[in-house]
Amino acid sequence: MAGYIPNTIGQQEQMLSEIGMSSFEELFADIPESVRLKRRLNLPSAQSEPEVMARLRKIARKNSDTDTYACFLGAGAYDHYIPAVIRHLVSRQEFATAYTPYQPEISQGTLQAIFEYQTLICELTGMDVANASMYDGATALAEAATMACGVKKRRKILVPETVNPQSREVVSTYARFRGNEVINTGSADGQADLSELEQRVTGETAVILIQSPNFFGCMEDVAAIAELAHQKGALLVVSCDPVSLALLKDPGELGADVAVGEGQSLGNPLEFGGPYLGFFAAKKELMRKMPGRIVGRTVDQNGRTGFVLTLQAREQHIRREKATSNICSNEALNALAATIYLSLLGKQGLREVALQCARKSHYACDRLLQSGAFEPAFRAPYFQEFTVKYRGSVEKLNAALLKEKIIGGFDAAQCYDKLHGHWIVAVTEKRTRQEIDTLVAKAVTCSD
Amino acid sequence: MTDPVKTIFNRSVPGRTGFSLPACDVPELEPNEMIPEQFLRSRAPGLPELSETDVVRHFTGLSRENYGEDSGFYPLGSCTMKYNPKMNEDAAALAGFEKVHPLQPEQTVQGCLQILFELDKMLAEITGVERMTFQPAAGAHGELTGLMMIKAYHESRGDTKRTKILVPDSAHGTNPASSAAAGFDVVEIKSDKRGNVDLEDLKDHIGEDTAGMMLTNPNTLGLFDEHILEISEAIHAAGGLLYYDGANANAIVGVCRPGDIGFDVVHLNLHKTFSTPHGGGGPGSGPVGVTKKLVPFLPGPLVEFENGVYRFDRNRPGSIGRVKTFFGNFGVIVKAYTYLCSIGAEGLVQVSRAAVLNANYLRVKLKDYYGIAYDRACMHEFVLSASSQKASNGVTANDIAKRLIDFSFHPPTVYFPLIVHEALMIEPTETESKETLDEFIDAMIQIAKEARTDPELVKTAPHTTAVSRFDETRAARFPILTWHRDEG
Amino acid sequence: MSSTKGMRFTKEHEWVKCEEGKVYIGITDYAQKELGDIVFVELPEVGRELESGDMICTVESVKTVSDVYTPLNGQVVEVNSGLMENPGLINKDPYGSFIAVLQTSDPSVLEKLMDEAAYKKFCEEEK
Repeated sequence: MAGYIPNTIGQQEQMLSEIGMSSFEELFADIPESVRLKRRLNLPSAQSEPEVMARLRKIARKNSDTDTYACFLGAGAYDHYIPAVIRHLVSRQEFATAYTPYQPEISQGTLQAIFEYQTLICELTGMDVANASMYDGATALAEAATMACGVKKRRKILVPETVNPQSREVVSTYARFRGNEVINTGSADGQADLSELEQRVTGETAVILIQSPNFFGCMEDVAAIAELAHQKGALLVVSCDPVSLALLKDPGELGADVAVGEGQSLGNPLEFGGPYLGFFAAKKELMRKMPGRIVGRTVDQNGRTGFVLTLQAREQHIRREKATSNICSNEALNALAATIYLSLLGKQGLREVALQCARKSHYACDRLLQSGAFEPAFRAPYFQEFTVKYRGSVEKLNAALLKEKIIGGFDAAQCYDKLHGHWIVAVTEKRTRQEIDTLVAKAVTCSD
Repeated sequence: MTDPVKTIFNRSVPGRTGFSLPACDVPELEPNEMIPEQFLRSRAPGLPELSETDVVRHFTGLSRENYGEDSGFYPLGSCTMKYNPKMNEDAAALAGFEKVHPLQPEQTVQGCLQILFELDKMLAEITGVERMTFQPAAGAHGELTGLMMIKAYHESRGDTKRTKILVPDSAHGTNPASSAAAGFDVVEIKSDKRGNVDLEDLKDHIGEDTAGMMLTNPNTLGLFDEHILEISEAIHAAGGLLYYDGANANAIVGVCRPGDIGFDVVHLNLHKTFSTPHGGGGPGSGPVGVTKKLVPFLPGPLVEFENGVYRFDRNRPGSIGRVKTFFGNFGVIVKAYTYLCSIGAEGLVQVSRAAVLNANYLRVKLKDYYGIAYDRACMHEFVLSASSQKASNGVTANDIAKRLIDFSFHPPTVYFPLIVHEALMIEPTETESKETLDEFIDAMIQIAKEARTDPELVKTAPHTTAVSRFDETRAARFPILTWHRDEG
Repeated sequence: MSSTKGMRFTKEHEWVKCEEGKVYIGITDYAQKELGDIVFVELPEVGRELESGDMICTVESVKTVSDVYTPLNGQVVEVNSGLMENPGLINKDPYGSFIAVLQTSDPSVLEKLMDEAAYKKFCEEEK
């Protein structure tokens, strides 16, 4: 039936008469005549399910997907393997069609899953508390900056250019309207320029934001930057890659006050950019200043353990204009997928995925450099993503690779004027040796 | 002593894993052969160790402690918990949408661009505005984006004294919070006795410093403002802009358009009006639409269609800048697109009609048992009050909500809007059958009776769930936000 | 419950009491009832200078948050750190649980505030 409306016209007419109305028109009596639509909306006509699905399939076929193409593109979204279990559990209607868990008696499933998610994020990042997730890594970073400015009562935010350009743009947009100031600093050899950071951080700096591994794939000296920030009473926010944290020292150990990042790599598909998942974790001193939903553990009237949304007095529905953030929702289903992913992989599995990412990216980089068509761009260590310098046009290279069913790395010149010829390549555990060897071979052929 | 709760942590058994990878086909270097020691962690993160069966059983078990829209009636006011069509899920899961990297070359994602382009047109047509952006990931995010554009618009005209946003006292908390996040001061306008914006109070507060007004119409009382055209005129005459909070759009889709009423900026909630599932709290999508004069300020890129090819227009110097990475919650966008293809122009009109009918049906049948805050025809939702129950026997809106759980219904929204005491905000949506509505009416009447004859039963509800009435004070005073390793 | 002897009251439901030249500030029984179970008090910093009308701190309950204001100028010389561990003290004994103590140069401002009888009347009118 049209519009998924179960009641027939007959039933609706009966309902109308039962409540003393004579026509459907009466239902809209409060809407002024002058603005009532008197024409049919210019939209497609209703279609049956087979027709709609055929249409969607036809549109989907116009896209090249990663089942057919080997994806060496990262730059903020990564092609990791997603175990079959995730789709089946996440599409259980009790998770997928449920509302926000404001009635804990009938949402212990969602609440416990979020509680487990919060715990996992803290374990990975080395932080004390985490929220139930934010829209994506970039907005999590922007909200962390806003929080830092509020906590420190300062307005300046330092961000090196090695942080993902799209994230930096989101940080800037948020800061501009809150009246905070973003100060961009430079890079040296693919890492944040430490001496410039040291010069620019003052008693007016609320926070330094860094990303490690950064947009070029290079690891930053987080501990050193933490010291620079803390010496002047500023906070340090680190945006990190969650899969890398199976191997790398976590932000907590390195001195970060807040750890954020993009959680898409944890069991969530590429999906043309969203929905993704911003994780946000902090030291316990910042607990009551954190934005976003938070789940806590408690007991019911009979002493049974359970979970509830808590610390709600921070949030918009209570604090209204004084809230740290206006955020209302979280990316609950994406966080659930991440929780299931981490549960399935566990200690051993995540380490294995991370190891293969590192080994394959190092193999790829070595072979590209050996080929003679590429030079190293930076000397810093890397995890699953690295930058090389190409002797020809990166645009032409990527176009040629596409014909071979390979999605090539990111053309850094799109975001950095001085980085023409720089190619940022991501190699996850999904890439086979054969795919990597093909990439190298085709890249060499193209450059001849 | 048995564990109070089974979590992935206390189910963990060392050595288990639920996942397999092919053997590594490249040289198996050790971490310290690739990355210097000082970057490597010495202690593994405390992740659990579970088999695939463990994981499936655990999360299946958790799901059974939940209540979804597929489980039953979900009359949450202003949430529009309508049926989530399964065809939408299948569409979004097509490999051509799910397995596509957002930074792929445009010629390899023409289908994705087509969805964005066509849905932009459809939503603009539905709301009566010029163009949409899909970047905002949720309604609140859309509000923030819209308000930022309003600010940028005034600033671009050198009009820097417009510092205030007017918001009705019935507004959702995100309205003032978003206004503050966009750098505005918030001025609250009272509602009158009929639930409309009080025109006198409005005129007292409009001035040279008015940047704009945020309204949801119908409002959170479920009432279409009887003076909406006067409000629009007053705000515009003062040089302000009018923002439409689309949370309640389900009442008017296909019947009237915010753009025609005079709204300059609108946001829609795809997870409300456009049937995409709530996911237990997200993901949603909050596209924002604007009239012509504000189009330059939209966060980009936008999709254009020329000579049979879709492309991104990135050359947008007036834009306020990105509010999110990439293009928005694309997976959610596909679901909304599929829904609109399915119901079509004809379906949309029937949606609002049935939504408003269902709400009035409940209202008329329940108003004699509970206080009705504003006794006039409502739109897609209405607000009851449990004030008299509270006064006679101390039975509160919260108690009534909890007791409804025993009747297998999800409670309505309670204690909102703030201007009604002991509020119960009820929105049935159009996808509920008369049978379900009648069952709900019977339950509510029963509970009203219990509130008189057996108040303790209501005050200690729910009785049929595994857990009941949590100590939220304790949760907030002594927050335990993670499962510590030494517990359980 | 502790005595309200010698206290003055504000329209924002704070109580103030001058003792040995220092001014104690807390919130009233009416306020704590409105708030419900108090879960957190964000105490001000000792040493902070405040002007009349400034916000001293926020008091959070499960479902609401409320600002506490000072009706007089002064410097914070002491805070009730017991409230960090046990914010519920304000619910149990609102008049015995001060939030902050101010050192002021001009305690006579207090005379202009409502006395207990006037405050009781004010509360009745609010309802």
